[in-house]
Amino acid sequence: MLRQAPRFLLRRASAAAMRWSRPFSTDLPAETAGDSKFVDAWKKLIPNIDPPKTPSAYMAPRPPTPSTIPSKLTVNLVLPYDSVLSAKEVDMVIVPAATGQMGVLPGHVATITELKPGILSVHEGNDITKYFLSGGFAFVHANSIADIIAIEATPVDRIDQNLVQKGLAEFQQKLHSASTDVEKAEAQIGIDVYSALNAALTG
Amino acid sequence: MAMAALRREGRRIAAPLINPHPINPLRSSLASSDREHTLLGVRSISTQVVRNRMKSVRNIQKITKAMKMVAASKLRAIQTKAENSRGLWQPFTALLGDTPSVDVKKNVIVTISSDKGLCGGINSTSVKISRGLHKLNAGPEKECKYVILGEKAKAQLVRDSKKDIELAFTELQKNPLNYTQVAVLADDILKNVEYDALRIVFNKFQSVVAFVPTTSTVLSPEVVEREAEAGGKLGELDSYEIEGGETKSEVLQNLTEFQFSCVMFNAMLENACSEQGARMSAMDSSSRNAGDMLDRLTLTYNRTRQASITTELIEIISGASALEG
Repeated sequence: MLRQAPRFLLRRASAAAMRWSRPFSTDLPAETAGDSKFVDAWKKLIPNIDPPKTPSAYMAPRPPTPSTIPSKLTVNLVLPYDSVLSAKEVDMVIVPAATGQMGVLPGHVATITELKPGILSVHEGNDITKYFLSGGFAFVHANSIADIIAIEATPVDRIDQNLVQKGLAEFQQKLHSASTDVEKAEAQIGIDVYSALNAALTG
Repeated sequence: MAMAALRREGRRIAAPLINPHPINPLRSSLASSDREHTLLGVRSISTQVVRNRMKSVRNIQKITKAMKMVAASKLRAIQTKAENSRGLWQPFTALLGDTPSVDVKKNVIVTISSDKGLCGGINSTSVKISRGLHKLNAGPEKECKYVILGEKAKAQLVRDSKKDIELAFTELQKNPLNYTQVAVLADDILKNVEYDALRIVFNKFQSVVAFVPTTSTVLSPEVVEREAEAGGKLGELDSYEIEGGETKSEVLQNLTEFQFSCVMFNAMLENACSEQGARMSAMDSSSRNAGDMLDRLTLTYNRTRQASITTELIEIISGASALEG
């Protein structure tokens, strides 16, 4: 058993090294003072168990609002299964807000907006990257950081025109044959998304 | 003198195998079969018995090794998904802050656990933290309910908090986790449970051997407005322009629901990773333990074998010397 111990330790160490050589970019161990109230209350009532950690311990604190307007906007575009853009410095983004296309420049007033299916365009110098978003939320903070949370985001050149037409026709058919409110709502959502896709391809 | 040594040897070998409280049939059969041998003190336990024991331990070792490999492959598959989903809850925490110490009337604790066992202590840890949160948030006029995901937490919490359990979901991991499934689940929970604050308890996956119990708090739109007016962490919320939707409260409602589904998605993925990681290390230590047991049994086997050979030789020699002399 002692003979196997160094081999085992080596295996563990190499496994640990393999893990830590790829640091999690979205993970930073920063303890904030905000949870101290929670931690104290916990320790008083339940002294034997360590208090659980809270999300702010895993996040780098955001920078405070600068006094002058910064030159670049920092954009984070996150999806449930990927972070498409994280802390990217850009000049402008145009988000498909529920009230229409909204342009966000550095120094934009702090906003919370719902998104409808449409195109997000990211302007960086002379490059414009367009993504089709399926909907979600966008937060613009006072410190010129924009967080866009969507469920799906695909680059526009990956969308197939034929499938869009077929999908649109299919959901229009469903709306005509829908009987209950739920079915009507679902069909309407489908039509909204496919029309937005259509507009994205043509516009 | 040799006889005394042999008698001692026999008792020494038989001692660990004779259990005063035999639990399983294998052990009880061992106890009964070798008890008569050691009483005689001449022949010790047969090698057959030790060989059977070695065979079963070897099989257990193979099974636990296989389970470890399976857990490792499942972990690899789900780990990338969990890492990619980590960006999902950060914008919400950046906007709404992290308020675990918020004081509300209706608390709902959502405990995430696994369906299958043999995964170390992570489910017990989650349940302990949930109970701790329950204690922390109990009081006059305050109520605290549980929503349980996973069999293991349900089995533990049903024992003493049965009346506080609002909903229980099991068999969530039959299909690989995806956002649509979690969104439907979150919708289900939000529709059926009255809440002011939802506290999600899960194990965050830090590394293959480290799992940190974590709790995320999601507040209902009314509480968000109340806290925004009161100032503090959410005080800046009023400075945000609300666009889209009809009224501010509608947008806040959608925001809360969206936040809950995003946080749940990440929490379930992290917990699944922690489960696989914990199972890997549990099965690994089990295989190592089985290996140690096998080494000890091999030594016992050889000693038994040599003792029986020596006994035979002595019998022959003493028989021969009796004939001569």
